[in-house]
Amino acid sequence: MGNSVLLAYIPIFIFMAIAFLFPIVTLFVAKLIRPNSGGEAKLSPYECGVDPDSDARQRYAIRYYVVAILFVIFDVETVFLFPWAIIYKQLAFFGLMEMLVFLGILIVGYVWIIKKGALDWA
Amino acid sequence: MNLDSFIDWILLPLIKIGILFGLLSLVIAYLTLLERKIIAFMQVRLGPMRVGPHGLLQPIADGIKLMLKEDIVPSRADKIVFTLAPVITLIPAFIVFAVIPFGPRSIHIPGFTIPGLNVQVAERTTGFFITDLNIGLLYVLAVSSIGILGIILGGWASNSKYPLLGALRSAAQMVSYEVALGFSIMGVLMMAGTLSLVEIVNAQKNAGAWYVFLQPVGFILFFICGVAETNRAPFDLPEAESELVAGFHTEYSGFRFSLFFLAEYAAMIVVSSMAVTLFWGGWLRPFPNIAALGFLGLVPGFLWFALKVLVFLYFYLWFRASWPRYRYDQLMKIGWQVLMPIAIANVIVTAVLVLWLGGSR
Amino acid sequence: MIEALFFLFAAMAVGAAINVLVQKHVLYSALSLIVLLVSMSGLFILLNADFLAVINVIVYAGAIMVLFVFVIMLLNLPEDEDGADRMRWLKFLGIPMGLFLLFMILATLWNAGADAGVQAQMPGSPEAIGRSLFTDYLLPFEVTSLLILIALMGAVVFAKKEL
Repeated sequence: MGNSVLLAYIPIFIFMAIAFLFPIVTLFVAKLIRPNSGGEAKLSPYECGVDPDSDARQRYAIRYYVVAILFVIFDVETVFLFPWAIIYKQLAFFGLMEMLVFLGILIVGYVWIIKKGALDWA
Repeated sequence: MNLDSFIDWILLPLIKIGILFGLLSLVIAYLTLLERKIIAFMQVRLGPMRVGPHGLLQPIADGIKLMLKEDIVPSRADKIVFTLAPVITLIPAFIVFAVIPFGPRSIHIPGFTIPGLNVQVAERTTGFFITDLNIGLLYVLAVSSIGILGIILGGWASNSKYPLLGALRSAAQMVSYEVALGFSIMGVLMMAGTLSLVEIVNAQKNAGAWYVFLQPVGFILFFICGVAETNRAPFDLPEAESELVAGFHTEYSGFRFSLFFLAEYAAMIVVSSMAVTLFWGGWLRPFPNIAALGFLGLVPGFLWFALKVLVFLYFYLWFRASWPRYRYDQLMKIGWQVLMPIAIANVIVTAVLVLWLGGSR
Repeated sequence: MIEALFFLFAAMAVGAAINVLVQKHVLYSALSLIVLLVSMSGLFILLNADFLAVINVIVYAGAIMVLFVFVIMLLNLPEDEDGADRMRWLKFLGIPMGLFLLFMILATLWNAGADAGVQAQMPGSPEAIGRSLFTDYLLPFEVTSLLILIALMGAVVFAKKEL
């Protein structure tokens, strides 16, 4: 157990367990003390007072998908930047050049998607 | 596992987690009152006045009310996911606080002997934080990224049109601003050279200046993205009541709703705390290296921290009272086509400046 | 203590992985996948690779699962069995694939015995990973950016027809 990396995570595991119990306990307590009347109209999905005429789960615009996939791609890019940023002072000029090449390639891609209008919502 | 490491890694964290939970629920409860009061004053109203003097007991009344409210699960909803979604949102919102440094490592606990057992407990120093990870900043980002899932699932499970649209918008907004948020903190990391939040604050002490003065653009980007990440005004499109009723939590009522609500306010506190830690010197007093202002050091670190966080929470409320909501296409355009290029440019400019000015490490 | 945590995370991971397969609704599978990824991060922490653990959560549990859940929501496939029928032939492909995977696992386990002590020296800190990534593995790193660029363009080209 001389492992200090792991030791620092023990409080986090404890915190996770407590944070997991908190909503469960409160939801359970609330269940015990609240009224429960129900009724068909009350349980129907909210649609400004009229009966819902169709299922909500339909197909939605592909734009959301484009945003999500671009997010994944740029997220991977930032993940590479984190270890670079913290040792940047040691890498010095070499590090700057490396990252300029890396970012440069991606900026080309970024400009291309803006030009293509993939991020235009209207 | 011996007694000392038991105290260091289990007992003390447990006590701190207990204190944190208590403080956090108190702060969130009174943040709601503060919000109503401040917005009321800005609109020349009084806000809640009935429960207790000047409405001071209003949050308690609200809490009891939410506990006693009927809990409605829509008939078409997916019952399991419907219950799970607020829990998935709330847990990350809370456990982020595990790494936030509220104060320095300065709590001294003198050594003592447990009477009767004849066990010696060594003297130790602990800090105003639950744990200090060497990847603390990434932990915050990782854990908060899980929270998005709860919102999407909540909207999906409701099986109702407004929540579904609200959840889609909300998730698309949060992921769009997360990218710029990631880039905006790169400058701080380059200067601090560490991902540990405690060390980032210490680095600001060594640098003799809060990073906001070295990274003003980074800070502004961070805070704009932070406001967007928490779905607050003027980026509160997911709950745009004029078009989407209440967004992803339209179908939620009673205590399930309040879990979403708690998570939103906890996230506001997290963003404010992160802004303070990364850019405003954390627990450091103003001008940490000017000895003439040493009397400011009489105020303990965690009070400086709390004060600074309060300022940012005030900004949140101020924004809500002052600015109209963006349109969705404007929101997307700001995130991807305005903030992103500025953030990338900020990374490159900072990289060049760090190299140019800080040649001697 | 490490053993107890290992078995906890391993049991969670295996349980979640089985649940991914047996769940009828694709969203439930996605939820189990999130549990699987988070417990894998727990295992990474036990191996001192905490940087890898958070990156795993950020990229997989955070970003890619958001994408998965998004796609599930956007398509809203009906829950009938038609899709399963059309994919029946895939089951026969599954058998050789499963055998191949089993072979890989056995081969790995066979070789693992000698390197059991290796985890203690493995660099897990972000500084160490950065140092080797930006010096020894510089070329793969720069090529990765090309890969990301291709992924970016591919995504937009595929979606562009619909825009």
